[in-house]
Amino acid sequence: MDLSLSTRNVTGPAGDRTVVEVGGEIDVYTAPKLREQLVELVNDGSYHLVVDMEGVDFLDSTGLGVLVGGLKRVRAHEGSLRLVCNQERILKIFRITGLTKVFPIHTTVDEAVAATD
Amino acid sequence: MATVELRFSAQPEHVRTARLVAAAVARRAGVDEAVLDEVRLAVGEACSRAVGLHRTNNIAAPVRVALTEEEKSFSIEVGDEVPVLDSSAPGARSASAAVPGAVDLDADGEDDMGLAVISGLVDDLRVTGGPGGGVILMSWPTTSAVVMP
Repeated sequence: MDLSLSTRNVTGPAGDRTVVEVGGEIDVYTAPKLREQLVELVNDGSYHLVVDMEGVDFLDSTGLGVLVGGLKRVRAHEGSLRLVCNQERILKIFRITGLTKVFPIHTTVDEAVAATD
Repeated sequence: MATVELRFSAQPEHVRTARLVAAAVARRAGVDEAVLDEVRLAVGEACSRAVGLHRTNNIAAPVRVALTEEEKSFSIEVGDEVPVLDSSAPGARSASAAVPGAVDLDADGEDDMGLAVISGLVDDLRVTGGPGGGVILMSWPTTSAVVMP
């Protein structure tokens, strides 16, 4: 299954957030598309991102690298990148690599949108 | 002899095929359903790494994947053809990303992260290399008494 991406802007109690809904597989082939999307959003001035990974079937280290890259970019603008994920098999990859300490991971988009640093 | 062998040109789009084939053969071999996600991820990481190494080094040869069903285990061997220059260093391209002298051909560090994921997932892991290239060998038990990490 290929990667699907869609974005929408949401205004929550913490301010404006851009929700990136990701579906399908994030791997060495599809990760560049996600990277392009994140770079484009940051270049367009969206510095507070919520990446909804509930529709992701597969994530590998290439995908992790892209998310880390996205985090670096938004942080350069004092922004934030929050993840929404409840899938154990995806969460496991974040745990193995210690990235649960790097990314705020939420159970719902609403929770992520409302969160403040 | 391997149960199933796969050779694919070093293109990222073929890594998914390798994952699907590996998971299908692992399931047939009797690898626990709960572990199949790990098999899929580990073989994907190993293949992504091999593809990256071939592309960075302009190697036209295919990436090799051998899936072997044994009596009580299922093993996957992923081989690349990028020579490991310093084969005397035990840490060269080992699962430890921090070993000095390890081949670091991926400037983004994704190569290291891939190995970190593999070593976190697979208990029975061997990473070897020589002038002919590197090999990642992973194996999983096929009995139902698999202990989840």
